[in-house]
Amino acid sequence: MSSEPTEVHHEEHGEGMTKKRIGKIALILSAITAVEFFIALIMVPKGIIPLHVANPIYIVLTLLKAFYIVAFFMHLKFEKTGLALAIIVPILFIIGLILVLTNESHYWVDLRL
Amino acid sequence: MSTQVSQIDEVKSTPWSGGKSPFNVEYGKMMMWFFLLSDAFTFSSLLIAYGSLRFSSSSWPSADKVFQSVPGLVDSGQPLVFVGIMTFILILSSVTMVLAVEAGHRMARKEVITWMILTVIGGFMFLGCQALEWSHLHHEGFWWGHIPTAEELKTVFTLKNGELPVGAETYAQQFANLFFTITGFHGFHVFSGVIINIIITINVLLGTYEKRGSYLMIEKVGLYWHFVDLVWVFVFTFFYLV
Repeated sequence: MSSEPTEVHHEEHGEGMTKKRIGKIALILSAITAVEFFIALIMVPKGIIPLHVANPIYIVLTLLKAFYIVAFFMHLKFEKTGLALAIIVPILFIIGLILVLTNESHYWVDLRL
Repeated sequence: MSTQVSQIDEVKSTPWSGGKSPFNVEYGKMMMWFFLLSDAFTFSSLLIAYGSLRFSSSSWPSADKVFQSVPGLVDSGQPLVFVGIMTFILILSSVTMVLAVEAGHRMARKEVITWMILTVIGGFMFLGCQALEWSHLHHEGFWWGHIPTAEELKTVFTLKNGELPVGAETYAQQFANLFFTITGFHGFHVFSGVIINIIITINVLLGTYEKRGSYLMIEKVGLYWHFVDLVWVFVFTFFYLV
């Protein structure tokens, strides 16, 4: 712990997070959340957007927020491609589990009805 | 004597030839990433279990009707307002965390201290809100293995001819168990994050990283803290919006 190599990390910070950029990302994240609330509190209750359209919109907006947090706040966009791939590729397995289990649960609901 | 070096003795300098970090990150930071990857799998399993149980149910308690109080202010009729406050608190404490990391790169010790303290405060505020949210739901009758009476459940389900839909009690129980387990597991992460942030702040105050010549440790705990925010983004969508 006491001998952290300082030269390993300090070279590539020219393109990293500046205060201006942090402010911009914070604004984007807040704006996306505000849009989600706008849809949930105004659009859906007034019937402008039906729920089955709103739900995919929520999920897309959530994934967008996740991208901004991981890429900029967690700095993954500025790391080596190898590290980014080592983290992102295993996550893709989760999509497989989602597909399998949601598909399966549609059979369960048919059995229950 | 020949100065030519044979092929096998040539010193290779490609990223994966050894002798240096091919990912160009310090060991602890890489291990933090791999830990977070494993944690992402844990949270995904929980959320996917929630999703598949909900998909396999013919009805489900409506989030708008379950969560509609702002503790201390109004008791009903305000869906999403309280959880909205919680979400903004967590996003803001994530922002103060990146600002601490940024100050660390400039070796600006005082700024790091300010931002870290603000991050810790944000974490405590979130935990406080969650405690209120939990106690409110507990008062309504939801808990692990516990649901409100059938008459009270009528306020949170979409009724069919004034009656509870078939299996409503089972689904309400599944909802309660999943809600407390998943937000509880997330809250536990926030709690440990706050503790870790406090330890790191004390280290900054003691000048540990000043002596070390690098504020990399701030970056590592920052990764953990952002991950906690990231998980909340998903919990928020799937429990409160969808």
